[in-house]
Formats: sequence, C-alpha cells, structure tokens
Amino acid sequence: MKLIQHGAIKAAALSILAAATTMAEETIKVGVLHSLSGTMAISETSLKNTALMAIEEINAAGGVLGKKLEPVVVDPASNWPLFAEKARQLITQDKVAVTFGCWTSVSRKSVLPVYEELDALLFYPVQYEGEELSQNVFYTGAAPNQQAIPAVEYLMSKAGGGAKRWVLLGTDYVYPRTTNKILRAFLHSKGVADADILEEYTPFGHSDYQTIVANVKKFAQGGKTAVVSTINGDSNIPFYKELGNQGIKATQIPVVAFSVGEEELRGVDTKPLVGHLAAWNYFQSVKNPVNAAFIKKYKEWAVANKIPNAATVVTNDPMEATYVGINMWAKAVAKAGTTEVGAVRKAMSGMTFKAPSGFTLTMDATNHHLHKPVMIAEVRADGQFNVVWKTPAPIRAQPWSPYIEGNKGKKD
Amino acid sequence: MRFLSSACSLLLALMFACPAQALVPEDLKAFAEGGPFERSELISTWASSQDTALTAFLDALEEGSLGAFPSGLLARTPDGEEFREWHTDTLIHEDPMTWEGIMVSNVLRAGVERARASQGLASSDPAVRREAVEALRSAASDPAMLEVVERARDRETDATTKALLQDLTRRLALSATDPERRIAAARALQQSGDASTNFKLLQGLLSTDESDDARETDPKVRAVFQSISTSLEARAAFFEFLGHIFAGISLGSILVLTALGLAITYGLLGVINMAHGELVMIGAYTTFLVQGIFRSWLPELEWMYVIAALPAAFAVSGLVGIALERLILRHLYGRPLESLLATWGASLILIQCVRSLFGPQNVEVSSPSWLSGAIELQTNLVLPWNRLAIIAFSAIVLICTGLVLSRSRFGLFVRATTQNRAMARCTGVRTDLVDMLAFGFGSGLAGLAGVALSQVGNVGPDLGQARIIDSFLVVVVGGVGQLAGALWAGLGLGMFSKILEPLSGAVMAKIALLVVIILFIQKRPQGLFALKGRQAE
Repeated sequence: MKLIQHGAIKAAALSILAAATTMAEETIKVGVLHSLSGTMAISETSLKNTALMAIEEINAAGGVLGKKLEPVVVDPASNWPLFAEKARQLITQDKVAVTFGCWTSVSRKSVLPVYEELDALLFYPVQYEGEELSQNVFYTGAAPNQQAIPAVEYLMSKAGGGAKRWVLLGTDYVYPRTTNKILRAFLHSKGVADADILEEYTPFGHSDYQTIVANVKKFAQGGKTAVVSTINGDSNIPFYKELGNQGIKATQIPVVAFSVGEEELRGVDTKPLVGHLAAWNYFQSVKNPVNAAFIKKYKEWAVANKIPNAATVVTNDPMEATYVGINMWAKAVAKAGTTEVGAVRKAMSGMTFKAPSGFTLTMDATNHHLHKPVMIAEVRADGQFNVVWKTPAPIRAQPWSPYIEGNKGKKD
Repeated sequence: MRFLSSACSLLLALMFACPAQALVPEDLKAFAEGGPFERSELISTWASSQDTALTAFLDALEEGSLGAFPSGLLARTPDGEEFREWHTDTLIHEDPMTWEGIMVSNVLRAGVERARASQGLASSDPAVRREAVEALRSAASDPAMLEVVERARDRETDATTKALLQDLTRRLALSATDPERRIAAARALQQSGDASTNFKLLQGLLSTDESDDARETDPKVRAVFQSISTSLEARAAFFEFLGHIFAGISLGSILVLTALGLAITYGLLGVINMAHGELVMIGAYTTFLVQGIFRSWLPELEWMYVIAALPAAFAVSGLVGIALERLILRHLYGRPLESLLATWGASLILIQCVRSLFGPQNVEVSSPSWLSGAIELQTNLVLPWNRLAIIAFSAIVLICTGLVLSRSRFGLFVRATTQNRAMARCTGVRTDLVDMLAFGFGSGLAGLAGVALSQVGNVGPDLGQARIIDSFLVVVVGGVGQLAGALWAGLGLGMFSKILEPLSGAVMAKIALLVVIILFIQKRPQGLFALKGRQAE
C-alpha cells in the first residue's frame, strides 16, 4: 500500500512537469486478483499480501528491465462472475502485464475464457484437480499426482499405518468430486474393493458433522481406516472439533487433508488434532536457509504493513507458490527482455527458482506446471506441521490424470 | 489391525512372562537405524520391562530430543547445544545445524501409547490401570492372549476395570479351542458390552472367505453365532438410531438458540433483521476477547472463561443491537422492505469491521477441559460434553426468556406493544423505549448463541452468514412471534435433517429439508403456531 501511495505522490509531482505519460511507461503493472472480502477472504488475503511483498522485494532489487513493478490490487469479493469482470478490467483498462490470482477452481474456470480471449497471462498458485491445460495459465500449485496420490500411498504403507479402508470426505463441488474420482480409480488399481471405500459430500459451509463422524467411526470398525478430506473452507473447523469430541485419535483413524494448512489451523485449538495429516509441497516448518529468509521477510512485511494479528502470521503452501510464481515471471521477463506474452511464455519453459521448500523448482518445458516435491506432515500441538515423508526430488505434474477415463493419450 | 493385535499380544505375553532386559545397546542401534514401523515394534517389545529408563526414553522421544545419527542414538540437552549418546551419556560432537530429531509419526506414537498403556497395567493406581485396559481393549484380538487377560482379570481388584477385562476375556474366548466355551462367550456378549463392536467381531468370525484362518468352522457354533449376531445387529441399529436422535436434539438446540433472538425481533417487533447473524458473530468474538483477558490476567481461572463470556456477550451484542435500532431501524418501523435492506447493509458493515479489526482468519476459541470429552455409552452412541452443555443452556435460555416475557413488567410492555401499539401508548407505555429494549434483548440472546457456537464451530467474520438462513427457517416454520413455535420448529428441523442425513447424505438432506419447508409454508403460511384473535388480522 505504501508503495502505491508513494507512487501516487511521485506521479502528482511529475504531472506538474506534464510528464504523466512517461511515468506510466516507467512502471510495469502487475494485477493481483484475490478475494479480500466474502467467504474466500480467509484464504486469499494472505496471497495478496505475499504478492505485494514479493513485488516490493523485486523493486528493492532494481525492478525488472530497469522498471519498477506496480501492483494493481482488485477485490473480486468471492463472487465467481465478478472474477471474470475484474480480470477483464485488469487486462483491458489497467493494461497489466500479468495477473497473479484465484483460489477456487470455479473462479479459475470463470476467468479462463477472458485470459484466452485477450491472450493474457495468469499465474494460479493453488493445488487443484487437474483436467485443464491452458496456454494462458501457469499453474504453480500441485496437480493430483503431486499431492493426493502420494498422500494415499503413504497411508497405505507400513510407515503410514497400513490403511485398508478409505473414507473420501469432501465439500460438494468440482475439486473434491474430481479428486475423489481419481482416488477411487487409484484405489481400485491397488486392489481396494468398492465396499472398502465410503464417499461422502457435504454442502459448502456445513457445520454439523455429528452423523458423519459417527458414520466414519462405524465404518472404521471393519478394519484400519484412513480419511481423505477434501473439505474446503470454514467447514473444516467444526469437522475437526467433532473428531475431537467423539474421541477419534489420529493413531486410530488418521485424517489427511488437502486444503488444510498453517493458515487454516490458526483458528483452531490443535491439541486434539495432533497426528492428523496434510499433504502439500511446502510447510512453514521446513528447515532451510531460503525458507528461514522467506518467513522472516513475510513477518517483517506483515508488521511493517500493520496486518491484523501481525505477530502470529504464518506462511503456507499457496503463499510459497505465489512467491515462486512472481519471481519466476520476473526472471522470465528479464530473460525475454520484454513483457510481451508470447515471449514471456517461451522464456518461462524450463525456468528454475530456488524455492523456500528447499528444492530448486523447474517450470516444465511443455505443460505449464511446476515440478514440485511432495511433503506429508502431521499436525503438531502448536498448529505447525512435522514433515514425516517427502519425495527425494521434485516430481513432474500430470494435469491429465491417467486414472480418469478418456485421458489416455492426452498430451501434456 | 492385524499388526496392532499381534504387537499387543506379543507385548502382553512378554509383560506377564518375564521382565526382559530392555534398552540394550544393540536394540538402540536397531532403533536408530529403523524406519517408523520398525521403531514402533521395538518399543512394543521393550514395553514389558518396568524399567524407569523406558519411561525416560519415551518422554525424550515425545519431546523430540532424540536424534538418530551415524554415530548412534543421541539425546540433545535442553539448551540444544550439546549431544550425548543415549545409553552411555557420553558427550558426542555434532554440528547443531545438522540436528534433526526423530519424528514421532502416528505409527510411532501408537507404539508409544501401547508401551505406556502396558506399563500402566501393572501400576498400583487403579485409575492408571483402567486407562491402560481401555487403551489395550481397542486393539487386542489375538486368541493367544486369552489366558494372560484372564489372569489379569482374576488379579484385578477394581470393579470397573475387572468388568472391562471380563469383557475383553469374552471377546477373546470367541476363538477359544473349546466349542462350548466359544458358544458361552458369544451368549455372554449378547447380553452385555458394546453391541456394535461385538456385532462386527462376530461378522468377522462368520466370514465366508475360505482362506480366512480366523473364521469359525464348526457348523453348530456357526449357527449360534449367526442367531446372536442377528440380535446384536438389531441392538446396534437401535443404539445408532439413539445416536441420530441425540444429534438431532443437539442440532435442534443450536437452531433454537440462534433463532430465539430472531423470534423476538422479527416476531414481536416485525423487523426482518438481516444482521441477526452478525450479532451472533459479535457474541462469539466477545467470547474470544474474554478468553484472551482470562489468559493474560487470570490464567488460573481460565476454565471458567465461558461462564464469564455469557454476560459479556449478552451485553456487547445487546448494545450493538440497541445502536442498530436507534440509528437505523427506528426510522424504518412499518417499512419491512427498507428495514430488510438497511439491516443487510448493516450486516455487511459489521462483517467488514470485524475483518479489519481481527483479520479475515478465524480466531481460536478453545473449549475448557470440562467441556471437552464425551460420555461413551456405546461406540455409536457418544454424548460429547459440549453438546450436552449446549442443550442444557438452550433449555435454560428458553425458559428464562419465556419467564421474562410472561412474568416481568418489561415482558408485559413488550406483549402490549406487539398486540396493539396505539392502545399501549394510550395507557402510558413508552413504546419507543420498549422497542429499543426489546430489540436489545433479542440481540443479547443472539450474543448468547454466539458463545455457544464458539464451542462447536469456527469463529470468523462469516460465522453469522451461515446461520441466518437456518434461523429464519426456524422462525417462519414455527410461526411468527411464538417462542413455543421456535422450540418445536428448531427441534423438528434438527431431528429431520439428522435422521435423513445418514440415509441420503448431507447434500440431499439439505435439499429435502428445504422442499419440505416450502410445501409446509404453502399449506400453512402462518407456521406451526399461529397467533389467534383479532390482532392476527
């Protein structure tokens, strides 16, 4: 924010010299499209913060192509059609060179036609269900084979508890439905029968999990059970509270979640949740110098910018993905020597960046997805995570899951 | 399951057989080199010893101060600077930067829990023994353990623990060599114990899978098992149904609580208050603040912060409600559409205010220990304390509200104003004051609902949005202006959705509920309880 004010004062001063037009050329505009109000604000606000921090950092290092980056922040208010409108506004009126934004798959699907029609670039930082590959999007979050499948494999293994029965629990929309379809096919391929899979969905904002947890408990009497949760948003907290209420411990029925990270656990008393799992490509607790610097930078930025509860801010996977995305884009622009979409797209392929996860991530040469390491971690009593398993090296994304019929032979 | 049971039987057998030497250097070396699974099994085998070293070892492991290094198993000193070899206590030089503690993952944690339980079984403290038996009960199913458990049962002096061991003996006797004994055990299990668990146990033995070694082969015993299993199934289903009824009552009590304030503001004053949910949210945030105050200044009294939060939330939400009434609604009485829009606007303002003050993330409200935990009557009939407390709390609030409205002078004025405003004013009732106080009272009740909700759900800026629709449903179905209507409608809706949910899934249950309400309102627009008499027209 400070940056914009600063820019505005400078612009006002320069306009006296009738140099406002040259001023506009001196910055490169960058769109930030995240919900700052409505239901998704809980998750997306921290991504906006990360984007602004990364832009500040790049500017402090001299900007890109000798120009400063100028963030244009808009608020689509968790309203999916509004995402498309705001995206169009960013591209056609504000003339941004690139946009960093979206969280839910439905918001991405809403803006996708706009980016394809106007041939602009979007960086999407959240893990998703795959089944998409656009020339105009760079996906810096995980595809199913970089999150869901390794997590299930881990729980099947001896070290993960050797689960035999599976509860696939999700919120009723496209991401959980598609992920569970992939997981069901994967479990079949591992010899798990349909009778050993229980698939359940709840509406958005569902807050009473009594019967569902009782059901899970009953199902678990038939053998070692693990729960795969794709519950999204606010429903997670009543769900975890109910697990604690009914005395289900992670040693008996572990729950692995794909949409619960450090940020989501900030509002929860995590003592009863110790041992439940999450699968991501980054955790704040990962120890390495890049991550230590990343966390320190973000904490300082939060304090300096008076973010509410700045003392307790955390970093999480989509924030890391946002940070990686912006830095890769800046490097690609520097390499291409222009912000022109076609040239940047070309420069992005094979781009590398030393990420806070402790690995050097590579943008795939063809499929616009990052090669990412997979980490599986257990909840600690302090709301952070202990990584209990991780891949030795980043793995390549498969946006077209081989476990979905009709994807065979699709080129990624 | 199989692994758990075998590890358990091993551990129990060892425990009663010989006090083996534990924590020898070779074992520690194997521990340092093994994966989580091997480590867990090792701990289980060590658990037989009543060695104090094992307790210290488990403590250090859970604290994360043990690390596996090529040089062996090292323990880190509390300051994190020095490293000592575990079994010799000699100083080893390692770079502190390379330190990585052994992660206690679920598999390892389960091993630690079993080890602690088995140590507890030999404890002289009956409470510790009981806890240990409970922990072992869920995992043990190896017939080889029968004698061991029987012996422990005979030795046990505490009645409850003895009963638990007796139950475990019967379960194990289901696989005894003597067929008569197997039948007797099954008959005993039919009468007592956990119907659902025993049913599953018998089902497992009745498996038709020929390759399953554990299955019952004697046709006579099979027939007995089959008939007992059928009767157990009915009992298990009955308890499950009771569980659904409880869930329904619990959901209903929450609905009643959130709708009660609305029943007053909407029912008595005729104001469609879209900001009602936000008043609930403010109550929940007040709970959060009270918790913070107790944590900072009265940490020894933290267990009772919820009780202190009740009057605070009532006051804060009530005052916000009064402010709403004075600033906005007062000017809009008799114009329902405008007041609907104005309160909706107010609700958005309140949400964004809270978001700017506290941030968009949820805040943590932890349940005090006396509200955590549950009474477990059966595996599928668990009564959590916080839900029981909310049911009781709802009943108290409902009764108090009823008394205030029917017995107090304020209640008399409210009823008079509702029934005939002009006449009430003629007799000297200050109707504008009554409006304000009644609105404040309704808002205060919303604040109380917020305290209750903070114990079962999340506390975030959007908390109210999710609740407002359900609250309106309760008020509309119940009949405008009727407390009894709110009660029956709340309980009815809660019960309906909880009984439907296991049959059709949560999504379909919600849809079915809305369809039923639409049909109901078509048939009976005035709701369950209609006002009778002249003022109804």
